[in-house]
Amino acid sequence: MSTYSVKRPPRKIFFKLTIFVLLTLLYVWSFAGIEFNGFKETAAIISKAILSGILNPDWDYVYLPEGEDLLRGLLDTLAIAVLGTFISAILCVPFAFWAANNISKFRQISGTGKFALSIVRTFPEIIMAIIFIKAVGPGSFAGVLALGLHSIGMLGKLFSEAIENMDLGPTEALLATGANRFQILWFAVLPQVFPDFLSYTLYRFEINVRSATILGVIGAGGIGTPLIFALTSRDWNRVGIILLGIVVMVTLIDIISGYLRRRIV
Amino acid sequence: MMKTEWNQEKQTLKPLGHVPDPPSKFKHYVTALFIIGLLFASAYQTEATFEELILGLPEMAKLMEQMLPPDWAYFEPIVEPMLETIRMAVLGTTFGAIMAVPLSLLAASNVVKSKILFYPTRMFLNLIRTIPDLLKAAIFVAIFGLGAIPGILALTFFSLGLISKLLYETIEAIDKGPLEAMTAVGANKIQWIFFGVVPQISAHFMSYTLYTFEVNIRAAAVLGLVGAGGIGHYYEKTLGFLQYDRVASIIIFTLVIVLIIDYTSTKIREKLL
Repeated sequence: MSTYSVKRPPRKIFFKLTIFVLLTLLYVWSFAGIEFNGFKETAAIISKAILSGILNPDWDYVYLPEGEDLLRGLLDTLAIAVLGTFISAILCVPFAFWAANNISKFRQISGTGKFALSIVRTFPEIIMAIIFIKAVGPGSFAGVLALGLHSIGMLGKLFSEAIENMDLGPTEALLATGANRFQILWFAVLPQVFPDFLSYTLYRFEINVRSATILGVIGAGGIGTPLIFALTSRDWNRVGIILLGIVVMVTLIDIISGYLRRRIV
Repeated sequence: MMKTEWNQEKQTLKPLGHVPDPPSKFKHYVTALFIIGLLFASAYQTEATFEELILGLPEMAKLMEQMLPPDWAYFEPIVEPMLETIRMAVLGTTFGAIMAVPLSLLAASNVVKSKILFYPTRMFLNLIRTIPDLLKAAIFVAIFGLGAIPGILALTFFSLGLISKLLYETIEAIDKGPLEAMTAVGANKIQWIFFGVVPQISAHFMSYTLYTFEVNIRAAAVLGLVGAGGIGHYYEKTLGFLQYDRVASIIIFTLVIVLIIDYTSTKIREKLL
């Protein structure tokens, strides 16, 4: 009777060791560079204060007749997200066709499109907002423009992928019947990609609602401004109600938008 | 031309009595109206006007002029804060990834079978993800004071939320075969997870961690705006003195670093999966 055993696959000891050493070096470097002088003595007290502030929110702040209250702040945030998303959804369409590799004849063209979109994506929206504040002054409009421009990066990428995944059959069929470019776009391309576009736009809207809550930190409108004021003036009950308001709004938007996206696709 | 209909029995076309109506477009019109209304209301609320944008454009052009050329000499002093930004992202991602393992196991309905356990875990994860990282950082700065520590904490919680969500969805989609085999040979829960679940998700876990690291680098670059360490602090410093050429240097430096890390990380992720 003969026995035989399955050979173990050769272990890549050298490769694994290299990775291990590299990771160790990375962590040593990271930990060594961070200054850590223990936590402040006040840390525990402040955490307790924040926690009790969140547990006992300042309900009066929800609605104030003279303005500058939670509801108006949240409404402002929502409005920034709606307009910003709309602007980017319109502006990103040409970018998406530029970056889709099945539209242009040469790979280099779509390559430059993809690169341009990744640059726009990398540019943080909050820095864009700072630049727009210089142009149109502080306020919600600067936030709208920042979100509108920044979202082009991600929406353009997602849209271009939707175009790349499109079935080319209808396009060819229309081409064969002698349709011009615009007719092909209108009757073959758009009907296929439109549901994807809508779904991605809604997805980006969810992200933009979150982003719009932080724009106020630098004065670009929304709920962020009163939150930063409340944090710096250590009004923890107000911090509590604002955080609660953000959590409720974001959760509601996520639920509604998620439901709509499931209906669309 | 006469309208006709295909008759299956006689294999002939027969004239059609009535022409079917095209589907109603009423719903589409209502949706379009609703969206237009929403846009106008939003424009009113944010006081957005084309006029203001066009009036502001020369200001922006002036700003761009001031940004060019970038102050190349300013790259040297911002190398150290940039390294700090990378360190913050590395540590925040790592802590978040480590904490994400038990939480995602607890949130997966095929590992933890009781609803009392996985629903609260998911709610906790959702709660973490609703608060943007910059706000988390602002709160941690209020607690721990200025510096990199609140930034790392904010990134840790952010990574925890992101990785756990991606990971528990992957765990729920894994192949049941090995799990049943483990149960059949009498493995306990720890062995079951270690030999049944972990081998199936470890590559995904690494991929998600790298992806989160990419996101964290971008996030860490602006955390300094609320005093949570890293290069973001230098935006305020230079903007306050109206040194726009230096702002341009910071932006370019950040772009280059982020693009390099994105590229490397994407290549590694392609190899992993």
